[in-house]
Amino acid sequence: MIYILQQSLNALQLGSIYALIALGYTMVYGILTMINFAHGDLFMVGAFFCFIVATFFKLPFIPTLLISMIGVGLLGVTIERVAYRPLRQAPRVSAVITALGVGILLESVMLVIYPYPQSVPTLLPNITWTIGGVTISLLQIIIILLSLGLMLLLDFIVRRTMVGMAMRAISWDKSVVPLLGVPLNLVISATFALGTSLGAAAGVMYSQAFPVIDPYMGVLIGWKAFISAVVGGIGNIRGAMIGGFILGGVEIMVAAFMPSTYRDFVAFTLLLILLIFRPYGILGQPRPQKV
Amino acid sequence: MLLQAKSVTHYFGGLCAVSDFNLDLEEGELVGIIGPNGAGKTTVFNLITGVYRATQGSIRFRDVELVGKRPNEITALGIARTFQNIRLFKELTVLDNVRIAAYNQMQYSPVEALFQIGRYSSEEKRILNNAMELLEVFKMDSYADELSKNLPYGLQRRLEIARAMATRPKLLLLDEPAAGINPNEIKQLMEFIQWIRQQFDLTIILIEHQMRLVMGICERLKVLDFGATIAEGLPLEIQNNPKVLEAYLGEEGGEL
Amino acid sequence: MDAQTVEKRNWRSRIGQRWDAIAENRRILPVLLVVGFLLSFAIPQFTLINPYYQLIIMYVGINIILATSLNLINGYMGEFSVGHAGFMAVGAYTAALLTMKVFPSNLVGYLFPLTILIAGSAAALVGLVVAIPSFKTRGDYLAIVTLAFNMIVKSVIENIEAIGGPRGIPGIDRLTTMPWVFFWTVLAVWCMRNFIYSNFGRGVLSIREDEIASDLMSVNTRQVKLLAFVISSFFAGVAGGLFAHLLQFISPRVFDILKSTDILIMVYLGGIGSIAGSILGATIFTVLLEALRPLGYYRMILMPLLLIFLMLYRPRGIMGLREFRWFIPSYEQIAIRLWRQKKEVPDASAG
Repeated sequence: MIYILQQSLNALQLGSIYALIALGYTMVYGILTMINFAHGDLFMVGAFFCFIVATFFKLPFIPTLLISMIGVGLLGVTIERVAYRPLRQAPRVSAVITALGVGILLESVMLVIYPYPQSVPTLLPNITWTIGGVTISLLQIIIILLSLGLMLLLDFIVRRTMVGMAMRAISWDKSVVPLLGVPLNLVISATFALGTSLGAAAGVMYSQAFPVIDPYMGVLIGWKAFISAVVGGIGNIRGAMIGGFILGGVEIMVAAFMPSTYRDFVAFTLLLILLIFRPYGILGQPRPQKV
Repeated sequence: MLLQAKSVTHYFGGLCAVSDFNLDLEEGELVGIIGPNGAGKTTVFNLITGVYRATQGSIRFRDVELVGKRPNEITALGIARTFQNIRLFKELTVLDNVRIAAYNQMQYSPVEALFQIGRYSSEEKRILNNAMELLEVFKMDSYADELSKNLPYGLQRRLEIARAMATRPKLLLLDEPAAGINPNEIKQLMEFIQWIRQQFDLTIILIEHQMRLVMGICERLKVLDFGATIAEGLPLEIQNNPKVLEAYLGEEGGEL
Repeated sequence: MDAQTVEKRNWRSRIGQRWDAIAENRRILPVLLVVGFLLSFAIPQFTLINPYYQLIIMYVGINIILATSLNLINGYMGEFSVGHAGFMAVGAYTAALLTMKVFPSNLVGYLFPLTILIAGSAAALVGLVVAIPSFKTRGDYLAIVTLAFNMIVKSVIENIEAIGGPRGIPGIDRLTTMPWVFFWTVLAVWCMRNFIYSNFGRGVLSIREDEIASDLMSVNTRQVKLLAFVISSFFAGVAGGLFAHLLQFISPRVFDILKSTDILIMVYLGGIGSIAGSILGATIFTVLLEALRPLGYYRMILMPLLLIFLMLYRPRGIMGLREFRWFIPSYEQIAIRLWRQKKEVPDASAG
């Protein structure tokens, strides 16, 4: 029982990281119907920002987090401006391939700067509590609470503010909304800024939890976060959060009760089974095709 | 009886798109379905052709039940259609558009295709000849190697009908053939529809907004509103039916 | 316009004309094939070029098979499969196990074509299973299915100790020779081209253009999708078998999502819906990657930059839905011309 509780805590921690990254995928998809394959690598850049700021400027946790969120957010906006915007009218798949290229570019640039895995300095005091046999660390609490806070903030922005309303409107119909005076490009930039900075936050937290980082760390985690977004129903923000926690939960529980090498196998098989019964994810809705 | 629809009902979620639709169609008839926007006219076509599966009811074509069959099977039985907004294979040539519609008439296996052996070459020749003949009948053979997206609008509409005819239908469903055509061309279109009807010995169901067209060529009309059939009969009767005037014209204030 | 420009333009157009004449003349093709086949024997026999270059040429051949087969799904059918390396893995492992554990070791050389055939068939069988979700889901969701498939294959191999688990299989015989690579590459390209210009191939194209209209025009889209996946995965399996017996070492990591990404890049670099494009894409990608090797990590920056610029300026790749004339059956053009002249149309065998 205690073991299960302990593992649930780990699942929450991993799930919140997946969920934060999945949000970036789902937001960009919702607004541009494009899979931003570079997103996993932006998460990696976030982790490296944390490493650089913490190692060379020796700043504490909160400023480090903010700096890397802002830095990666700016990077995300720039990528959209330079590489994706010119392709908005092109075949959809060209943008996806470009995104793939941007992802590889980010990996390679990082590889040139840091060819070897780096270890990130610990920014949070290593405090743990033991409650009824379950060990909780300060880091775990911060990761879970901070993620939840960021998600609530995002949910608030999307549902209650003008920018959020514009985002939802654009995801519904990209051609009409600009006619109503909504600055399309500005809203898309805002989406990228929000989505990528959430990814960066996940990167910072991940690098605190698993302090050895390398330029390829974003590939697998990125794909998994993407799968979380799909499980929840891509384009759906609450779906992405649910999907992230589900995937985190499944992975940790599989590793807890089976050989850990079965983790990917079980996770992806479950994904396929889910897609058979709910082809558009848990909260996703098929857009009816007009005949 | 060529086509018989019995109490066909279809729901989208909780929304009833078509309720209790009945139709008895004799061979050679030309029937029109009219009704305001969103009345469920195109849904009826989608139910007949298998794009949607009717929630309740039965549709029989020459005594074969259509409900539950896949669209390609239904087309192969002899029902073809056109679309409200043209749906050609845009990046493909005119010839390919027509040949694709002859898919199930081709008699060779995948292995014969992979190695170009056996019946491959004689069958390809047969289908190509059929396609070119059809295009010639529609006076489009000179466009055979043109990409269909490059055709002018009128020819695209004509190609869509030619493509439908390549499936060798007995029953043709025309979904708003006059959409986007200017009123002066309506008469031509009417003659064209009458011509293909005779040329190919067809039975036709027509969905239309343009009253002049419907009143001009349809022998029988059904009027739908909010999925329900509110009237049916001869064009003249429909014209004076108060229910139709209220539902169809009252709100839109259109001309009849 | 000054004389120099005129001169230059004339020169250009003369080259253009000559090129057109060559491209028009299909009789050169069988000659080229025979010469190529003879060369593929002669090169390793007499070491006409250094073995390192020979190796690269063989990788180019294998990558051409991979790129054309993926193009069938992604370019011609318009789906987005991102798990092609999964099929390759099935082929590679099947072939490696056959030559190492099943076939008697003194006969493996003779049985190599059979080995590759079985490797392709095994991959095709798996392709059949992956095709089934494509009946209902499409677009991004089908992409996920193929992605998950790739990861499941990798994960399953990692968990079977009998086939080496995560460490893979070392010490595979080097049975892939240049003539075999040449043979399989030509066969793959030829079959794929025949398929595309057949009734089924037109069905594949119609699915890309408009799946619903295609269904309503009597195309059996399920049959077409099944065929496309089976053929595509068959040749991916063939490539996998050849790859295993060239590299002589395979492990699950070789066939992960990054390998799939490489194949995707070849396809979209060369151009979707074009066999010539895939050949070009695979060749450029493979050769460039080798040529830039002296740059070290910097080549890894150059490749994606190139891809991004290409997509920005030619979103459909180098060829992009266009085709080199040799790959288009001449029959159709001849037939249309004859039809217009009201002449008898010959049988379609003049390929």
